[in-house]
Amino acid sequence: MGKVVEVNGPLVTIELAGVPTGEQVRIGTLNLMGEVIARHGEHALVQMYEPTESLRPGEPVVALGHPLSVELGPGLLGGIFDGVQRPLLEHARQHGDYVPRGVHIPPLDRNKLWHFEPHPGLDSGTRIEDGAVLGTVQETPTIAHRILVPPGMGGELLDIISAGDVTVDTVVAHVKNRHGEIQELKLFHRWPVRSPRPYRQRDDAVAPLLTGQRILDTFFPLVKGGRAAVPGPFGAGKTIVQQQIARWADADIVIYVGCGERGNELVDILESFPKLTDPNTGRSLMERTLLVANTSNMPVVAREASIYVGATLAEYYRDQGYDVVMVADSTSRWAEALREVAGRLGQMPVEEGYPAYLASRLAAFYERAGRVTTLSGDSGSITLIGAVSPPGGDFSEPVTSHTKEIVKTFWALSKELADARHYPAVDWVESFSGYVASCSGWWAEHVDPRWEAHRATALGILSQADELARIVNLVGPEALSPQQRWALQGVALFKEGVLQQSALDPVDSYCSPQKQFALLDQMLAIYQRGLKMLDQGVPVQELLRLPLLAQAQRLKGSYGNDQLDGLREFATQAESEFNRVSDEYAQHGKASTT
Amino acid sequence: MSGKEYRLASAARGGLLFMRGVPGVALGDRVVVRDHGGGRRNGQVIRTSDEVVLIQVLEGTDNLDLERTWVRFLDQPFEIPLSPDILGRVFTGLGQPRDERPPLFSPLKRNVNGAPVNPAARAYPREFIQTGISSVDGLNSLVRGQKLPIFSGSGLPHNRLAAQIVRQARLPGDDSQFAVVFAAMGVSFSDASFFRETFSDSGVLRNVVMFLNLADEPSIERLILPRAALTVAEYLAFDLDLHVLVVMTDMTHYAEALREVATAKGDVPARKGYPGYLYSDLAEIYERAGRIRERHGSITMVPVVSMPSDDITHPIPDLTGYITEGQLVLSRTLNNEGVYPPVDIPPSLSRLMKDGIGKEHTREDHGRLAGQLYASYARALEVRNLASIIGADELSETDQNYLAFAGAFEQRFVGQGEDEDRSVIETLNLAWDLLALLPPEALTRVNEADLAKYHRWQGATTEAP
Ligand SMILES: Nc1ncnc2c1ncn2[C@@H]1O[C@H](COP(=O)(O)OP(=O)(O)OP(=O)(O)O)[C@@H](O)[C@H]1O
Ligand SMILES: [Mg+2]
Repeated sequence: MGKVVEVNGPLVTIELAGVPTGEQVRIGTLNLMGEVIARHGEHALVQMYEPTESLRPGEPVVALGHPLSVELGPGLLGGIFDGVQRPLLEHARQHGDYVPRGVHIPPLDRNKLWHFEPHPGLDSGTRIEDGAVLGTVQETPTIAHRILVPPGMGGELLDIISAGDVTVDTVVAHVKNRHGEIQELKLFHRWPVRSPRPYRQRDDAVAPLLTGQRILDTFFPLVKGGRAAVPGPFGAGKTIVQQQIARWADADIVIYVGCGERGNELVDILESFPKLTDPNTGRSLMERTLLVANTSNMPVVAREASIYVGATLAEYYRDQGYDVVMVADSTSRWAEALREVAGRLGQMPVEEGYPAYLASRLAAFYERAGRVTTLSGDSGSITLIGAVSPPGGDFSEPVTSHTKEIVKTFWALSKELADARHYPAVDWVESFSGYVASCSGWWAEHVDPRWEAHRATALGILSQADELARIVNLVGPEALSPQQRWALQGVALFKEGVLQQSALDPVDSYCSPQKQFALLDQMLAIYQRGLKMLDQGVPVQELLRLPLLAQAQRLKGSYGNDQLDGLREFATQAESEFNRVSDEYAQHGKASTT
Repeated sequence: MSGKEYRLASAARGGLLFMRGVPGVALGDRVVVRDHGGGRRNGQVIRTSDEVVLIQVLEGTDNLDLERTWVRFLDQPFEIPLSPDILGRVFTGLGQPRDERPPLFSPLKRNVNGAPVNPAARAYPREFIQTGISSVDGLNSLVRGQKLPIFSGSGLPHNRLAAQIVRQARLPGDDSQFAVVFAAMGVSFSDASFFRETFSDSGVLRNVVMFLNLADEPSIERLILPRAALTVAEYLAFDLDLHVLVVMTDMTHYAEALREVATAKGDVPARKGYPGYLYSDLAEIYERAGRIRERHGSITMVPVVSMPSDDITHPIPDLTGYITEGQLVLSRTLNNEGVYPPVDIPPSLSRLMKDGIGKEHTREDHGRLAGQLYASYARALEVRNLASIIGADELSETDQNYLAFAGAFEQRFVGQGEDEDRSVIETLNLAWDLLALLPPEALTRVNEADLAKYHRWQGATTEAP
């Protein structure tokens, strides 16, 4: 046993012989939890996951003999855990409204019974490898939880129980490992959060992650196994983008890490998800969702850990062959937690107080994304989406600029768009996606082969917007050619009719790929038809007066995903309206020449 | 240990006192410092080892003679006594009476730091509060349990706006009033009196608890003040079931006090000299607003944050915006044009509005209507900008309409009397009256049903004069 030497906010110096860095310790009479992060001679420095108020020099310290680990097993889904995987619902039940100190409830319920089905063909004497499937329990109606042989525990199966109801703590099998030791396997095992879990090999990402958000799926797509970031100033819509993804993405499992953000945002999910249905399975969204919550008022060091806890939980479901999406809101708060500890350690700050290892830590975190072949030969993926909260909305600051180098999809949110309540406020000039080519095959096969070309045309028209607006601001709209004025209208059609999408509109909150393409196609058709008519000599004012332009911009909210007929009907009407104008003009033109 | 006084101070600077060789002192403990003149100062342990104990002295360390400075460790954290008698009282930043009445005695005492609310115990705020102010109710609605700051600048009427909210806030169809916790940090005597009169005139004084630290009073006290005030708010809301409105002014003075101490401690600065932990520190304060499941009361918070040099990207408003659930931003331009309250609409936001409005709370078109007003006003501001370049006469007919809309919106919708208390339905109807200046083609954020029901397009306006 050792003792406390100094208490300095969340950093405690202890005297404890031989304790290695990374080790978990319990400190003081309150049993506060911490992690050794450095050694100085006979002293060790501990970062504390709990507030250190009332701690005194001289109080006892014990080492727990293992690094920060999480429990992996059935009963995680639908739950909410803090940054070091304490079960918050259970905490609230047992200890009331505030997070108590020094209380340690196991993350997984020890009393709950699960129906275990052993994997067929397993018998005593079978060789089972690391990561092999030992059996399954139905964790939620849609998720079959595969009980895996923990990495490092493979060997010769000595015995396995037959189907039946067991708790997570029940021994379901015995294995003799390569060193001849006999090991007990249960429904759960522990894994250190800072070590990525092993897999057989990395694979290329091939399928888009569909989120039902047009500006994301159609313009700046992400793939299953990809890495994305959402930077933006406060109030620009980062959280809503992430919540929309958590709601609608076609993933099997969603891990939502609230890292240093608001408590109410997590409650919002806790209260709304159970009532929402997954468009792909028709089941309650909460059945596939898991929350990790270290809100901004909770201890800053546990915030640093929360990201790794989330990533490890994600890897565990990936290893079962699932497509997992993990959103982290916000990685900037995580980086600030790093900075805070570095500062107290007296490490040399390099940029804006951040330590030199910021970039490498960020890269290592995003490296945990990817599509892999699991140890048992399945295919699974983790898609990582991190929010970034740059101070003052300045994207040149360290966390944003390093993140930008690492991710392949970058959804830059703009204050100007948000101020005009154009949501999602994704700036189409600043944003990028490196996955367009990987997604075009999917769209061609499942929706329409013209997807990639349409997307490029629309972006081309949108990119003229700034230039045209500049001309207008210099010399007024009259100076524009009819084609340019029509292009401005085209910009409005795409902006309002396609890009703008309210998360709060029940009809438009989720947009199927088919409807996404139909809207894009419709706006493009109107724009191109107009161009043709200008060539025929129809004055641009005639076109700008057409009420169908405003109707087209409202289509997204008028017809749901299962009402694409309505969209087609509109297309026919628009067509005949254009024909009418065009005929009228042809006659009128004829009349005036005779 | 609590009886013994130590004369072991080894250094004092910037509000910090260093003690040598006092073993076993607990972090966060309260101390009493007696100076050579017999004066008493309060302090708190912020770093502790057997060799050195670091104390933050809340009244500052000026004129301390180290040889003749005695320190007594009270062996307890900063606590505040709580009982229903606290309503109507006035305290210093440290919770000592400043209303000539005896100190409050109660067996119930709580640590002013509170503890983080378990997010799983919170209830999502969704009850619309009518403030009678159109720019708030119509466009940036406040709900019970929300934290919605006012971002302001020197000379702008943030205090008048906060006071109007205090006077008029209630649930539609419910006359019960809020209990008010008023936390003043570094404000002038006249501002403090202004609030006092407001409370007294509107008859709520008996339901107000005030914590005052005036501009000429010790700045480090401001670090404890909001925590003491919120401890009281939590007690009123979650023990006594009251709906509490907390007004805190001015959080910028709070953050400056924090910087002062951080600098003295030698903490690594992040931006503009503010320590990296300013975000977490502010969050500890702001996140104490909210609702809790199975509790009847609520804490709604309206902090005032003045933006140094009107810069919204300054760390204090910036970090506040990253924590709070929206912000009301005041505009110097509107103020100069005589618009009260000069709420700058585009950067203002209420994040909890979405669940507090609509059919069940206000009216079915409210959300879309608010989105439309934002979008139309944004467009109208572009047009106004254009008009200033090419002249209003050169504008197209539609743009003329937008120009008229911009003016009417600012004067009639945003602008209103300081005693004018509009019902939310009046506010929404007024909004549609203004949208009558724009043709239906321009309204793409509302739906066809809204247009049919509420929109009365006036046709082309006559030429602007
Ligand atoms: N897609 C959307 N549809 C409708 N409203 C939206 C959308 N995106 C954002 N909003 C509005 O903007 C507000 C702010 O969004 P959000 O909370 O996501 O911002 P943020 O970028 O996460 O801010 P912070 O950094 O402060 O957390 C929301 O409360 C909502 O009112
Ligand atoms: Mg957010």
